[in-house]
Amino acid sequence: MQDTNKLEIYGKSFDSRLLIGSALYPSPKIMQDSIRASASEIVTVSLRRQSPEEGGGTQFWQQIKDLGLTILPNTAGCHSIQEAVTLAQMSREIFDTNWIKLELVGDEYNLQPDPIDLVKATEILLNDGFEVLPYCTDDLVICRHLVELGCKVLMPWGAPIGTGKGLLNPYALSAIRHRFPQITLIVDAGIGLPSHAVQAFEMGYDGILLNSAIAQAQSPVTMAASFKAACQAGRLAYEAGRMPEKNTAQPSTPTLGMPFWHQTG
Amino acid sequence: MNVTINGQPAEFSDGLSLLDVVVQHGAQAPFALAVNGQFIPKSQHAETQIKTQDSIEILSPVQGG
Repeated sequence: MQDTNKLEIYGKSFDSRLLIGSALYPSPKIMQDSIRASASEIVTVSLRRQSPEEGGGTQFWQQIKDLGLTILPNTAGCHSIQEAVTLAQMSREIFDTNWIKLELVGDEYNLQPDPIDLVKATEILLNDGFEVLPYCTDDLVICRHLVELGCKVLMPWGAPIGTGKGLLNPYALSAIRHRFPQITLIVDAGIGLPSHAVQAFEMGYDGILLNSAIAQAQSPVTMAASFKAACQAGRLAYEAGRMPEKNTAQPSTPTLGMPFWHQTG
Repeated sequence: MNVTINGQPAEFSDGLSLLDVVVQHGAQAPFALAVNGQFIPKSQHAETQIKTQDSIEILSPVQGG
């Protein structure tokens, strides 16, 4: 059975609800094989200082282009609004896309997004014609500010980047889902297991974005296939609608006609 | 003139454009450029004059999460 709806990001539709990163794989080939096994249609990339010893990034870029996927550049590692805006502008030119995964580090300890500067940078970039996918915390009010600025997509964290701890605050994530039913919501960062992905989809999230969970698995390609299945399972479960939760047991087997009913010796 | 390219000191003749500098430096496409923290679009590489103490960034695609 197929997911009847598609993931919508700024007017583009995708069959896969998994966005995948291109970093930390044991080798370029495993990166390509993992991305293919995930069936993801969107891959994240970044920009860094050109290193002539590494061919100026040509080889990596060709490997990504060979996959034929939609590119989502990020501003990972930026600590100021100016850095993020400049990197976004450079990314737009080199990757030929208005999409930007806006990351603005607010603290080195947990790489938490800076909520205040994130909003300011988002406004600058939206006014400059970008389609911003902000990586944010699970703060409902920050999300509201981002939506009011014009963001059509929000990417609250599940847990700090690279921790693999899963959804640390399901209540907050669920509240964001209920508050913004028309916004495309993607859990970005912190997912470590396919069960975490299932949980995100079961609560109504539209997508997940991950990298380390696949790239740092013992077998990245196999884990990529597992996440593909988990995304489909979680989304179908959401569409199916869960059973009402109860506090007391209710027998599933009919009690009518039960032999020996309450017979005592 | 003395400039920095990707954080490293470099020396070039006076009066060069940004395009001249990156070509002489041996930058390989694809890349995007910034001078003193400001993005310089490709259409302005040839007309942007570089002066001493400028800081030039040459960025290329890398892996990202």
